[in-house]
Amino acid sequence: MQAFRRHTGVGVPLRRSDVDTDQIIPAVYLKRVTRTGFEDGLFAAWRAHEDFVLNHEAYCNGSVLVAGPDFGTGSSREHAVWALLDYGFRVVISPRFGEIFRGNAGKQGLLAAQCRRDDVELLWKLLESEPGTEVTVDLSEQTVQAKDLTFGFAIDGYTRWRLLEGLDDIALSLRHAEEIDAFEAQRPAWLPTTITQR
Amino acid sequence: MGRTLAAKVWDAHVVHRGDDNPDTSSGGVAPDLLYIDLHLVHEVTSPQAFDGLRLAGRPVRRPDLTITTEDHNVPTVDIELPIADEVSRTQVETLRRNCAEFGVRLHSMGDVEQGIVHVVGPQLGLTQPGMTVVCGDSHTSTHGAFGALAFGIGTSEVEHVLATQTLPLRAFKTMSVVVHSRDGSLPAGVTSKDIILAVIARIGTGGGAGYVLEYRGNVIEQLSMEARMTICNMSIEAGARAGMIAPDATTFDYLAGRPHTPAGPQWDAAVAHWQSLHTDADAVFDADVHIDADTLTPFVTWGTNPGQGLPLSERVPDPEQITDEGERLAVHKALSYMDLQPGTPLRDIAVDAVFLGSCTNGRIEDLRAAAAVLAGRRVRDGVRMLVVPGSMRVRAQAEAEGLHEVFTAAGAQWRSAGCSMCLGMNPDQLAAGERCASTSNRNFEGRQGKGGRTHLVSPLVAAATAIRGTLSSPSDLT
Repeated sequence: MQAFRRHTGVGVPLRRSDVDTDQIIPAVYLKRVTRTGFEDGLFAAWRAHEDFVLNHEAYCNGSVLVAGPDFGTGSSREHAVWALLDYGFRVVISPRFGEIFRGNAGKQGLLAAQCRRDDVELLWKLLESEPGTEVTVDLSEQTVQAKDLTFGFAIDGYTRWRLLEGLDDIALSLRHAEEIDAFEAQRPAWLPTTITQR
Repeated sequence: MGRTLAAKVWDAHVVHRGDDNPDTSSGGVAPDLLYIDLHLVHEVTSPQAFDGLRLAGRPVRRPDLTITTEDHNVPTVDIELPIADEVSRTQVETLRRNCAEFGVRLHSMGDVEQGIVHVVGPQLGLTQPGMTVVCGDSHTSTHGAFGALAFGIGTSEVEHVLATQTLPLRAFKTMSVVVHSRDGSLPAGVTSKDIILAVIARIGTGGGAGYVLEYRGNVIEQLSMEARMTICNMSIEAGARAGMIAPDATTFDYLAGRPHTPAGPQWDAAVAHWQSLHTDADAVFDADVHIDADTLTPFVTWGTNPGQGLPLSERVPDPEQITDEGERLAVHKALSYMDLQPGTPLRDIAVDAVFLGSCTNGRIEDLRAAAAVLAGRRVRDGVRMLVVPGSMRVRAQAEAEGLHEVFTAAGAQWRSAGCSMCLGMNPDQLAAGERCASTSNRNFEGRQGKGGRTHLVSPLVAAATAIRGTLSSPSDLT
């Protein structure tokens, strides 16, 4: 995974709450078996409307998405994170995230920064009044800064550490291989397997 | 202090405690590493995970704790033919290749055990109390109905579980959701679907974020396993990754004799353990919600998230009556997408389609309930109704009971098993502008097809709506 320390890029105000993963990438785009090339599916239905924020020249190259509460609710599709990354986003700011989305983001190096609703409102106003404004997100300091506006964000410590170090989760877990073996050795005999049938 | 059901299952699966982890440079912030007892896999969220294993040269650690089925992409008609959609076909064929290469059990189209992954697991008896169950699908919460800790994961986590049979997990908070009525019964025409829609409307789509919900109370205790699965299934729509119900005699009766449940002395040992899986009397939840079931009536959604629901007897809400600016904007956008006018009685909303199926309401009991309403009646002209069993076993059982004849005689389409119109990854989709009463779980914009409009309903409301052509409950039928 690509490490994340600090990122500066154009902020995109997405003034919507409950942006579910079906909106981030509709199911029809989930049929691919590769891990790349999902940018065309990002917000596919909304991008068909001329007035959608990413269709504005000032925002279309943005990399810091600023959304309302409950971003990434619904389906577990990691394709939502891939689509955002493939499009060029590195950070999503929201007052609250769908939990599976947030977990997926942390695995892929997309920073899901949880901020106060008032701060999101202030940032929206700034980005709307001055389109193209750059936003700097610093993971080690846990701050968001744009022009004169600075505020903090929350992220769980483990995800922060892994993002800063760019660490692969599976390798970390396999450090405990002996404990996994020991756990397996004492599992009750009545637990099912998918192989043996009565 | 006593422990909750969720805590008991959690504690029994800790491979490595994160908190006493002095060797990590993470400063002691590592979460617990939990063992996973059952990993359910389907074609949509697994190809990139198998690719990851190949790249790293890793095997599937426990193919014997892994099972796969084809569900999201599969057509529900002409299933003996190759899948017409080339991209869907590639995804299904990729799953078949991956299962062959990694030695994982697969139920393909045409197989009697094929179906929606969350219907297949329980009916095989693979989902049992006290287990940890994961799947690259958010509706994995379904399996919590058995007192399992079950939750959806992303593709990176699918790869993680395939490789290690574990997951690093941050502890959840717990929320008690008590559903109570005077005598434990539900009012006529009210189902477990109405309960969960009411819960989501109460706490909101983010209200359960960070929590495992435990459904309790005398109403829950009287529900069948199918009804319990419907409730736990939609926990994710309240933002909770998992929902749980303590196992009891209803659970044990459901499990007894299924292909993968233990037998003989092993059954006795299992039941002895399962009986300990309940929240202790002195355990404390982090949050409490109470639902008075005596006041419940059939519930439907009017908006574009599952929290935007109301009793069927209500009217479409008026955004101008809402003081919170963000909320007003959200309601305005939802009504605009749904093409609804404020103040319209919900019963006056006419539909083009009715979908009976999905991992929420595609089980035998759901089909029976809808068939009982449709028997001797006709689906209204101009309305198309799809009946899609959750699995081929459910389909076979329904046919053995003659339910398919009730549906076809009423003018509904009797289909083969799959996720179907819940998310329209196969050809079962709404056209732009079409409106559907659906027993599925998500009314998101375009969920059932680009430009389609979804009202979430129970099987009873679905059947009555099909007959009248407008959102209705069986009590509206003459």
